[in-house]
Amino acid sequence: MDLGFSEEQEMLRKTARDFLETECPTSLVKEMAEDEQGYTSELWGKMAELGWMGLALPEEHDGMGMSFLDLAVLLEEMGRACLPGPFFSTVVLGGLTILEAGNEEQKKEFLPKIAAGEAILTMALTEPSASYDPASITVKAVPDKDDYVISGTKLFVENAHIADYLICVTRTKDGAGKGEDGITLFLVDGKSPGITTTLLKTIAGDKQCEITFDNVRVPQKNMLGERDKGWPVVAKILQKATVAKCAEMIGGAQAALDMSVAYAKERIQFGRPIGSFQAIQHHCANMVTDVDGSRFITYQAAWKVSEGLPAVMEVSMAKAWVSEAYRRVTQLGHQIHGGIGFCMDHDMPLYFKRAKAAEPTFGSADWHREIVARELGL
Amino acid sequence: MDFKLTPEQEALKKEFEDFFEVEMKHEPEDWVWGLEGLFSDAGWPFNVYMAKRLAEKGWLVRPWPEEYGGCNAPMIEQLIFGDVLGYYCAPGVDPLGVGMIGPTILAVGTEEQKKEHLPPIAKAERFWCQGWSEPNAGSDLASLTTKAVKDGDDWILNGQKCWNTGAHRADWCFTIARTNPEERRSKGLTYFILDMKSPGVSVVPIESMDGSKHFNEIYFDDVRVPSRNVIGEVNGGWAITQATMNYERSSVGIMSGASRGLNELVQYCKETSLRGKPLSQNPHVRHRLAQLAIDIEVGRTLSYRVGWLQEKEDIMAAAAAACGAKVYSTELWQRVAFTGIEIMGLYGTVAKGSKWAVLKGQFEDLAQSTPGYKLGGGTSEIMRSIVAWVGLGLPRIK
Repeated sequence: MDLGFSEEQEMLRKTARDFLETECPTSLVKEMAEDEQGYTSELWGKMAELGWMGLALPEEHDGMGMSFLDLAVLLEEMGRACLPGPFFSTVVLGGLTILEAGNEEQKKEFLPKIAAGEAILTMALTEPSASYDPASITVKAVPDKDDYVISGTKLFVENAHIADYLICVTRTKDGAGKGEDGITLFLVDGKSPGITTTLLKTIAGDKQCEITFDNVRVPQKNMLGERDKGWPVVAKILQKATVAKCAEMIGGAQAALDMSVAYAKERIQFGRPIGSFQAIQHHCANMVTDVDGSRFITYQAAWKVSEGLPAVMEVSMAKAWVSEAYRRVTQLGHQIHGGIGFCMDHDMPLYFKRAKAAEPTFGSADWHREIVARELGL
Repeated sequence: MDFKLTPEQEALKKEFEDFFEVEMKHEPEDWVWGLEGLFSDAGWPFNVYMAKRLAEKGWLVRPWPEEYGGCNAPMIEQLIFGDVLGYYCAPGVDPLGVGMIGPTILAVGTEEQKKEHLPPIAKAERFWCQGWSEPNAGSDLASLTTKAVKDGDDWILNGQKCWNTGAHRADWCFTIARTNPEERRSKGLTYFILDMKSPGVSVVPIESMDGSKHFNEIYFDDVRVPSRNVIGEVNGGWAITQATMNYERSSVGIMSGASRGLNELVQYCKETSLRGKPLSQNPHVRHRLAQLAIDIEVGRTLSYRVGWLQEKEDIMAAAAAACGAKVYSTELWQRVAFTGIEIMGLYGTVAKGSKWAVLKGQFEDLAQSTPGYKLGGGTSEIMRSIVAWVGLGLPRIK
């Protein structure tokens, strides 16, 4: 058992921290939350030069061949910096899905592009039912000669407005009930005729979109994995995405804690630093437990996923815990900061907003508690 | 980062589990784990029996050097041991002798003290109690007033201690007293060990809210303690108390005990119906139990981290993490207890011994003993403050 980072991971963490502190100041984060694109090609290009998009992709596809656990280390730092842009959707939802389900040709075509930062991807999974359940997939794909024709609405698709490719999760079996059977994945060109994307205004300015597919034609060769057997792929990617999201969240929670402790040491009231008062100290101590607890439950899940071990219980435990812990940490952070932390100019709201946005993403605490209950045999 | 045990560690864990699986069959009827279970008339013989069996196996003091009965076991093995011991809710490990004074003597005792006191602990021949708190010195221990005055080669102790767990069973006591009345607070205090059979020592039981009598008061009335029983330097006792507090605070046993309690509760909810439907199908019950499982898993990682930091000899980080884990584990334990009796409804209030008691009444018992765990060994409030001071460097009002 070893609860520390390896030397390589420590180096990655440090490089990421230093790079993001310089290249991704909170002023940029705030600007990007208002910006329609939501990212700058300059920062995106620099990240690609560092090899980050291909970090967890195999070397044969121009990746760095590092592990999912290593990717979690990087994502933690990105969460700390509130990195805007399509890294998560491109790498975790796009790249890892193609790696999981793509055929050799698809891998050869798409993975090097992703690694080089030349393609932006996302996954069009959820629909207006806003659920991560296979039964919620209703967008249809109907075969027509050498193509499939996709129709329907997807909702809460991050970065769809800028995506070069969308991995669309569709239903390909009529009357097949609403279960896992009959779900198929397609790699859809984001500029295909019939696609309309509408950007939603959300709490964290995180570029969630509505997409309508109006008879969108997709060549059959763009089917990802087997027809009708797409759900196990989605389930696997959801597992990775959930842990990856937790890793981002602990980065944010740690930043909120660090910021609050620093403020408690410098803010003077009643003639002494507010951090000398027990009420504030106990808030800080509670935040430490939440952050540390989040970190190890997340890395335990990430390690299991990375090693290919069964991790349904661990992943759900992590998301259920981290969803609420990050929220608690930002709430206490606001209490410690007082009025100043409530101002838009301050950095505290960045974390509060992201905590709230991350809570329901890939399943709320309630959703994951139910999975844990099932895993307990209840 | 790596969360798995080595094959050797897995084998060792299995060996511990097999042992407790067999030995816990000697559990007295209606025996419930807890401080009362360790020290009550019914529980004490079982506690001593298990202590002797563990001593025979050489497992009581595994981290200690071989010459004092241990096997230099690494911290991770001790965590595994604590984990299994906690899961089986097994007695036998004297929290004060094995857990506190043993490691203290090992760290700062003289060669003579080690030879005299460590082997009887390793062999389960001598049990200890702690004499620190006083009626007016609880969280603020440095304000204690018990005095020790030099008389020839001895010290004469006078004063009153309280909250002394198991003092009525203990053979020896470790205590702290003021030896320099000119100095204030943490200065001028000396750490002593003494034989509880010394003339002038008297023990009065304190009855806890659950009816148990594991707490006591100890009165020192001109108790003569030879100089060789001073631990560390005269007037240098405070630093040693602080070190003693940091031993065995990973709280891993509490997490695994809570995990055992949860498993029993899950089983109960599967087998018990309310208004014609198993409790396990009630969404509210499912989520409460799932949340406990999540909290326990988080707690286990926090506990293992304490051990991991201790192993790395990152002392300050380990101390802060240990205090955090203590708060977390004791509060979690109380949630387990409360959730249990709340799910059981009226049945949850029935104490052990009744035919109507559910799961031997252990949740009724636990619900009443857990408030004490959040106080003993440092209240949750003091623990949080230590996390803030030591872990985060927040300023301390002097």
